[in-house]
Amino acid sequence: MTTIKELPEEDWFTSGHTACPGCGGAMTVRTAMKILGENTIVYMPASCLLIFSDMYPLNAFRVPSLQVLFETSAICASGIKRALKRLGKDDVTVVAFAGDGGTADIGMQALSGAAERNEDILYICYDNEAYMNTGIQRSGTTPFGAWTTTTPLGPGSEGRGKMETKKDVPSIMIAHDVPYVATASLGFPVDLLKKLEKAKAKKGFRYVHVLSPCPVGWRAESDKTVDLAKLAVETGIFPLLEYEDGVLRISREPRFTPVRDYLKLQGRFKHLTDEQVASVEAWVKQRWERNRALAKALGPKPAAPA
Amino acid sequence: MIDAKAEAKGERRMVTGDYAAAWGAMVSRPQVIAAYPITPQTMIIEHLSEFLASKKLDAELMRVESEHSALAAVIAAEATGVRTYTATSSQGLSLMHEPLFVAPPMHLPIVMSIVNRTVAAPLGIWVEHNDTMPQRDTGWMQVYVEDAQEALDMVLQAYRIAEHPEVELPMMVCMDAFLVSHTIESVDLPSPEAADAFLPPYAPVHAYLDPKRPLVLGAASPPEFIQEVRWETDMRMRRASEVLEEVEHAFSKTFGRSYGGAFETYRLEDAEVGLITLGTVTSVARDVVDLLREQGEKVGLLKLRYFRPFPAERLREATEHLHAIGVYDRAVSFGVGGPTYIEVRNALYESAKVPILGFLAGLGGRDVTRDDVSLMFSKVLQAATRGRRAGGVTWIGTRGVSP
Repeated sequence: MTTIKELPEEDWFTSGHTACPGCGGAMTVRTAMKILGENTIVYMPASCLLIFSDMYPLNAFRVPSLQVLFETSAICASGIKRALKRLGKDDVTVVAFAGDGGTADIGMQALSGAAERNEDILYICYDNEAYMNTGIQRSGTTPFGAWTTTTPLGPGSEGRGKMETKKDVPSIMIAHDVPYVATASLGFPVDLLKKLEKAKAKKGFRYVHVLSPCPVGWRAESDKTVDLAKLAVETGIFPLLEYEDGVLRISREPRFTPVRDYLKLQGRFKHLTDEQVASVEAWVKQRWERNRALAKALGPKPAAPA
Repeated sequence: MIDAKAEAKGERRMVTGDYAAAWGAMVSRPQVIAAYPITPQTMIIEHLSEFLASKKLDAELMRVESEHSALAAVIAAEATGVRTYTATSSQGLSLMHEPLFVAPPMHLPIVMSIVNRTVAAPLGIWVEHNDTMPQRDTGWMQVYVEDAQEALDMVLQAYRIAEHPEVELPMMVCMDAFLVSHTIESVDLPSPEAADAFLPPYAPVHAYLDPKRPLVLGAASPPEFIQEVRWETDMRMRRASEVLEEVEHAFSKTFGRSYGGAFETYRLEDAEVGLITLGTVTSVARDVVDLLREQGEKVGLLKLRYFRPFPAERLREATEHLHAIGVYDRAVSFGVGGPTYIEVRNALYESAKVPILGFLAGLGGRDVTRDDVSLMFSKVLQAATRGRRAGGVTWIGTRGVSP
C-alpha cells in the first residue's frame, strides 16, 4: 500500500496550472495522477479543470488529454479505451476527471450507459458541490441549505439556500453493480490513495467520488480545504464507502462531531436557521441508518460451513 | 458456372439500402463503431451486429445509450487514431448537433450514414431533408445519394475523401428514408479484398492520443487562436472540392461505376432550362426530362450530390447556357425557401442573369410524382420565355395552396 511517504515525487499534473489557491479539485487530480502515472490518457469535460489546466497554449498534464463536451466524460473515455484495445495498447489507463455538475447532472446519461456496459475506464468525480466554473450555481450534489448564485438568500421561503438534499451519485453507481465504487475525501489521503490504487488495478468500470472543497464557492478560507474535507467525514455528512466486487464496506466510522463545526466554517451556510441545522442533523442520522443497513445487506458474506 | 474473377470482386444480391450501407461500412474495416437505433436507420446497425456475430466484421461495436454518445464515442476513438463509423437519422442527428462541431477542427475523418427522415413536430418517419440541412455549417461534408448502390459506394469513397491529408474532415452519406433505406434493389457488394484495393488501411496523419507522445486535443482556447482554427477548417472544406473529384475518378477505375463527382448532369448540355434535384427525386425527374424531350421541350437535369463542399464553380460552368433554372428542395428555411435554392442563387449570383425558381415538394415523405416535376419544369419554361430575373418559391402539391 502506498503511504504518503512513498508517494512519488514526480508529478503528472504539474505546477503552473491556474487553479485558485486551496482548490480541492486540483489537489484531487494531482494526487490521482501520482498514482495513475505516465501510462495514462485523461479525459476532462468543460469544467474548472479544463480551464485551469488546458487553456491553450498552457498545459498542466504530462500525459495526453482530450476534451470533447461537457456531458461526454464517460462515453469519450470509453471510446478512447475501445480504440486502444483495437490498437493493442490495452495497458493504458483511461481516466475521466469530471466535476459534480458534469457527473450528477448533465453527464448522468453517458455515465449510466458506460457503467451498464462495464466499459474498462476509471471515472473520478471531483465533487465541489456546485457549478463552480460558471460561478457557483447549484448542482444536483449541492447540499441542503447551501447558498449559491441560483439559490440566493431572501426573506421568503425560497431565500434560504438550496431546498433539496444532495444527490447520492455513489449509490446510483453501486446500483449499476460495477466492479468498483468508492467515495473518498482529501481529508483522508491514505484512504484516498488506497482506493485510487485499487481502482487503477481493477478491470471494468470503476467510479471514485472525491469530496473536493472549493474555497471560493463554499465561501471558506483557502487554507481550510483539508480541514473541511476532514470535517465533512467526521460529522457524518460525507461517508467514506467502498463497494468492491459486490461487497459494500464502510471505510471509516465517523466521530459524529456536531455538524455545526463543519457548517460554521463556510459562508455558504451562515444563514442557516436552527431549524435548518436540525434538518441537516436529522438527514445525517437517517443517511447513516441507511449506510449501515446497506453495508449489512451487502457486506462480506460469512464463510459457508465446511 | 462461377466466374472466379467476379467472385473475388464480390457478389450481386438483392438488398435494402440499409444493408448496402452496412456492407459498405463493413468492407471499409472500421475499428470502432458506435450507434443507437432509430427508424429507418436501425437495419444498418442490425446488419453490422450480424456481420460481427458471424465474424465478417472485426471491430469494437459500441451499442451506446444515445446518438449524442454515439458520435462522442467515435470522436474519442478517432482521436485515439482508429477508423470509425456511425449511422443515424432525424432526431438522432438533431441530438448529435452539439458533437458534430467537434470533429472538423480536430481533423477527425469520421464517416456517418444518414437516413434522411423528417424531424418532429409533427412526428414522422418518412423522408425529409430537414435533419441534415440544418447541419450544413458544422464543417461536415455532405453527399446525397439516389439508390442503394450509391449508398454503399459513397461510404467507401467517403473514407478516402475524409482521410485525405489535404481534407481530414468528417462526412455524412445521406440517403432518403424508405425510398433508399428500405427499398430492395440489385446491388454489387464488393468483397473486403476488392474494397482494400481502393481503400488502404487507416494510418492517421492527424494528432492522436498516445502516452508515448503526450499532447492536448480539444484544449480550451482564447480568441487569439480560435479564428485561425475556423479559417483552417474553411480551407480544408474548399480543398475537398478537388479531392472528391479525384476520389470519384479512382473509384470508377477500380469498380467501373461513376457518379459524376459533385454532381451529375442529364441531357443538360443542349438544354434551354434545367432543374436541380437532390436525392431520390432525381429518378422521377429523369423520366420527366425524357417525356418533355419527346414533346420537343429542351429541358435537362442536374443531380446535385454534394451540398458540402458546395460545387459553386462547377455549377456556374454547367449552367451558364441555361435561360432559366429550377431548384428542388425537400427542406425549407421558413420564410426564405429551400436550402439548395438559397445556395444555388448564391453560387450563380455572378453568372446567371436568368430566373432561378425554388420548388418545395415531398416534405414529410409525401410522394413527388411525375406531374409534380412536370409542373416544376413548366414553371421554369414559362419563366425562361418571360425572360425576367424573378425567382420565387413555389410549394408543389400542398393541399389548398399549391397551383
